[in-house]
Amino acid sequence: MPAIQSPGTEEIHPDVALVARAREGDTAAFEQLVRQYERQIFRVAQHITQNREDAEDITQDTFLKAYEKLEQFQGNSKFSTWLVRIAVNESLMRLRKRKTSKTVSMDEDVQTDEGSIPRDFAEWRPNPEQIFDQNELNDILKRTIQGLPPGFRTVFTLRDIENLSTEETAEALGLSIPAVKSRLLRARLQLRERLSRYFRQRKEGQPA
Amino acid sequence: MNCTDFLSQLTDYFDGHIPADLLVEVRAHLAECHHCEVVVNTTRQTIEVYRGNEIYEISDDLRERLHSAIMTKCLEKKRA
Repeated sequence: MPAIQSPGTEEIHPDVALVARAREGDTAAFEQLVRQYERQIFRVAQHITQNREDAEDITQDTFLKAYEKLEQFQGNSKFSTWLVRIAVNESLMRLRKRKTSKTVSMDEDVQTDEGSIPRDFAEWRPNPEQIFDQNELNDILKRTIQGLPPGFRTVFTLRDIENLSTEETAEALGLSIPAVKSRLLRARLQLRERLSRYFRQRKEGQPA
Repeated sequence: MNCTDFLSQLTDYFDGHIPADLLVEVRAHLAECHHCEVVVNTTRQTIEVYRGNEIYEISDDLRERLHSAIMTKCLEKKRA
């Protein structure tokens, strides 16, 4: 008979013990948490700010803030979600300072509907990875995600690249679940529309 | 179900969170609407191509530099 997990026996996330030890002053425990999440925090920051130097600063600031505020971590959410929330706030603040974009809050992007209504209905070639070399493909993917409004880019990054659940994404961004779903839909459709220019199947006789 | 109704269900469709009765309608629409079928396929490919290609991978050198900087700052904070 298959084992059925009974309610109330949920496994405790290993981070809980590390956070508890770090709170008691165990620096090695905090260092382990840094090791576990520094790559992810850097990626999130770079996706949102689209700037490597900013992403480096944000990664450092995020962990320093987390270290200072460890007492405030309630444990209601995952430690990683709490970290991502700090990193997102730092990243959006950085964008506001740089003023590289007109819209840098999670609320202002809602009006941006351009590209959210599908217009390109060509199937794609099966393996975009085989059409372009890795550098070309990375350039296309970077250029395309850069064109998204920051709020959409952030939701897509957390949900589809970092694989956070809808609930975790909502928690990290301070948004409602319907708001996350709506931004995610628009982000995915806008990216799809833009990538279609590169990946669509050509009809016979069309240049490659 | 028309295309706009279908699109509004797309996120839940990908997540497998559509109630059974609505799923019947969604599938019926997909079976008869080539445009929406293409949107589903290419949106899925969009997600996969971003998941499968790490565009902002951090080099080992940078990671070590960042790691040291983070721990140095935290230890300074602890001593302060």
